[in-house]
Amino acid sequence: MTPRGRRRAGMVRPYTPTGGRAAPTRRTLDLATLLIADPDKPLHGLDAHSRRLMQHCLPGVLSLAEVSADLQLPAAVTKVLVSSLVDSSHLVSRDPVPAAQQHDRQLLERIRDALINL
Amino acid sequence: MRSSTSEGNYLAPGVSHSVKIVVLGPFAVGKTTFVGAVSEIRPTSTEERMTKAGEIVDTLRGLSDKNTTTVALDFGRLTLTDDIVLYMFGGPGQPRFDYMIDELMQGALGGVVLVDTARITESWDAMGRMEEADLPYVVAVNTFAASPRYSESELRKALDLHPSTPLVECDVREKSSAKSPLIALVSHLLSRPSLEPAS
Repeated sequence: MTPRGRRRAGMVRPYTPTGGRAAPTRRTLDLATLLIADPDKPLHGLDAHSRRLMQHCLPGVLSLAEVSADLQLPAAVTKVLVSSLVDSSHLVSRDPVPAAQQHDRQLLERIRDALINL
Repeated sequence: MRSSTSEGNYLAPGVSHSVKIVVLGPFAVGKTTFVGAVSEIRPTSTEERMTKAGEIVDTLRGLSDKNTTTVALDFGRLTLTDDIVLYMFGGPGQPRFDYMIDELMQGALGGVVLVDTARITESWDAMGRMEEADLPYVVAVNTFAASPRYSESELRKALDLHPSTPLVECDVREKSSAKSPLIALVSHLLSRPSLEPAS
């Protein structure tokens, strides 16, 4: 058996893990979107890739980029899977602080101070 | 069943906000090194050996030590406070990946453009991308040992830099130095007049 983590990315067609879905159902998902799994949601009924994604997210919060890299799935494929899991409430997504809120002076000051004190 | 390929990289409970910074610059300027120096996790990248096919497109002249290149996005993570985490994404430098950069810049806090003083003009593309996207950015000169040193005014002139755009020098290999462009960027954001609270 191929050891997990040694699986080569790109060995299957992208539409295989997505179940033929070509585009995510929501447009806002970003690589820096944080994903929080709902531990109370049953995993049965999910396809293998979605189940694997959920199992990876259940222990703690990760960004979509990390999930994509950890599971060795292309970002576009990860977005499709995550999108459906958000629709079914298996995952809660928190998008990066949007541009409109970035004139929040207090937030920026906290970021700057944290960087300085690092 | 274990389904993950890495363990223990989860964010601290309570982290609820992410911010994103995009790092751009020409081929082999040090984007991956920069992200890696600042990141708290092993920078996740898909660096692979450059193929013969890539040699035609990616100029290696004068870059004798460069035998890998980033063919996909690489990123790093830095938990800043109990609730804020910063993600840095190093964009692929080659123009054929431009479509990835556009997506990357959306929703970003700002950008860092890396400059090698031996190839100053090669950073113009990255600066142009930031300006087109209307993304605030800082220019960080990577102090490569072998590259020529210039005064700030000479660099500003050569880069045709807007007077308000910060210019910093850093050694992208050192965390303490590599974080200076990030501090400069956030200070720059704080100094913008548009920051006044919207009524």
